[in-house]
Amino acid sequence: MKHRTFFWFFLPTGLAMLLFIAAPIVSVVLQSVFAPHEPVLITAQTCTPFSCTEETTIDQEATRVLREAKPLGRFVGLDIYFNRGHLATAEVAEAWRTTDSLTAFFRELGDLPFYRAMAFTLTYTFTVTPLLIILGMAIALAVNTLAQKLKGVVIFFSLLPMIVTPLVGSLIMFWMIDNRGVLGNFLSWLVSDPDLSVKASTGLMWVSLIIYGIWHSAPFAFVVFYAGLQTLPEDQIEAAQIDGASRWQQVRYIVVPHLMPLVTFVALIQLMDNFRVFEPIVGFNASAHATSLSWIIFNDLGGETRQLSAAAATSVMTIIGVAILLSPVLVRTWRDFKGKM
Amino acid sequence: MASKTLRAPFSLRLLTNGFIVFWLILAAFPFVWTLWGSFKVELDFFSIADWTNALTGYNTERTYGSPFTGVGYHGAWVQEEFWRAVINTGIVCFFVVCTSLTIGTLGGYALSRSAFRYTFWLLIIALIFRAMPPITLVSGYLLPFFEWNVWGILPTTIIVLVAINQPFTLWMLHSFFQNIPKELDESAKVDCCTQFQAFRWVIVPVMWPGVITTGLFSFLLAYNDFAVTSMLLSESNRTMVPEIAAFLGTTYTEGNVMFAVAAVVSATAPLFILVMFFQRQIVSGLTAGAVKG
Repeated sequence: MKHRTFFWFFLPTGLAMLLFIAAPIVSVVLQSVFAPHEPVLITAQTCTPFSCTEETTIDQEATRVLREAKPLGRFVGLDIYFNRGHLATAEVAEAWRTTDSLTAFFRELGDLPFYRAMAFTLTYTFTVTPLLIILGMAIALAVNTLAQKLKGVVIFFSLLPMIVTPLVGSLIMFWMIDNRGVLGNFLSWLVSDPDLSVKASTGLMWVSLIIYGIWHSAPFAFVVFYAGLQTLPEDQIEAAQIDGASRWQQVRYIVVPHLMPLVTFVALIQLMDNFRVFEPIVGFNASAHATSLSWIIFNDLGGETRQLSAAAATSVMTIIGVAILLSPVLVRTWRDFKGKM
Repeated sequence: MASKTLRAPFSLRLLTNGFIVFWLILAAFPFVWTLWGSFKVELDFFSIADWTNALTGYNTERTYGSPFTGVGYHGAWVQEEFWRAVINTGIVCFFVVCTSLTIGTLGGYALSRSAFRYTFWLLIIALIFRAMPPITLVSGYLLPFFEWNVWGILPTTIIVLVAINQPFTLWMLHSFFQNIPKELDESAKVDCCTQFQAFRWVIVPVMWPGVITTGLFSFLLAYNDFAVTSMLLSESNRTMVPEIAAFLGTTYTEGNVMFAVAAVVSATAPLFILVMFFQRQIVSGLTAGAVKG
């Protein structure tokens, strides 16, 4: 295809991505180094015959002029990144100096919003991803042994947790684990504690968010692995059977190695997706116990005072996090491409 | 595979089948339970006294004389005007899917037919964009949208969702078009046509399976989005998902949780129908990237 033709074919989609993905990224980076103008203050001295009082008022006119002249705000460099709401370098250093044990230091860190969010996000990402792969693999192996007629029905129901809107799915789960809901009732009967409440306990909340995450993403792993199982090398299986390999050995030494590239693929995709965990926290109303970077951005942007600069700084840090998780995918794609050349 | 199943020992078969039943319950029970409970009053669905009330509808029967009531649905659809959100979601999804497929098809086709090095870099950039969480872009949108006075209306959201959709659409359609032999449009070009005519008359008639699969995923993205729609739409233009989130804020205080439950069931129903009819396409779409890569 000629360059010219390519250009015209690609123009609409390229323009859409340039304007609404590339430009906003630039805009976010810019916003994160500018803070809103502080109002211009004027101090006027009013004197009565006996005393003078100083009065400070906001100069509306001057403030407006300043805001119009520099709509981005005042340049503050990386200050926002290091303030208490983000990396909180000063507070971390302070905590390091004043606490005498690591536990105490980490407890101090847990009070800072950024580290609190990171603690949950990373725990969530690195527990959900391996567990969903194991569950997905188990379902795929089990479904593969079913009769052809049943497979369709099982796949239909298996797809539901993944297809359903994340917010809706997490709400459905949340209502069930409510201490008046069916699972909440069951749990408190199980431990015979009528006052057990998932909502009130940080640990239980983390566990339920993680279970939700596995429930939501396992179908994806299942479908991918199931497709992989359809291309299983029959002759190798037969050879192994002749050699007297047990069922478990066949799975361990033929099926799993055959699916390994798919496991890597699912792991890479899911690490990125789980890192941006957001809807479950809103659906579970869990922000008192667990937050994530995405939730912090959402929280900063919502409400009456839209804290654009703070949200922008968190956004940039999220993008950096995603970029780190993305790099293995990029390396893989690059190698594939090299292989094709 | 069938021969292997026959020879499986009874205990193993029992274990696998038991596991599948367990998984099916895990996957489907929450939906069945919520659907059933959405026709009950709050005291039954959230029952502190006896959980079987949610099954029998004890309090529902006492209040309305029948174990089923549509009060939650009436409250959500009529009183809280959930139908507005449904219409908005319909508009957003329709235009997002149409626009996204139109420009995505052109772009994906071009990427699959050009052998120059920049196509690879464009695909890599698309991959990076695909990984960006939409919420991180939102703070970049707000300031300019306020400035141009386009915040809060449906067209803005549609364009943003189309753009967010593009990277995925391009990847899907790119790999799909690569499977259509190049000779097809090359020969058309030799015979008579420009590149676009070749695309229009030779490729378009055979591209529908891939386009439908991609369209399904575009639809799901637009339908399921919460981050963008909740931030970019004003209260009167909300789509279903942010509307449900807004219910939570207002209804928990008014004690009308059942409105939200009814709304949640209403929002899930179209997805059920979608999976029912397009199960094969969804499965093939999910595996397309994986099995090849």
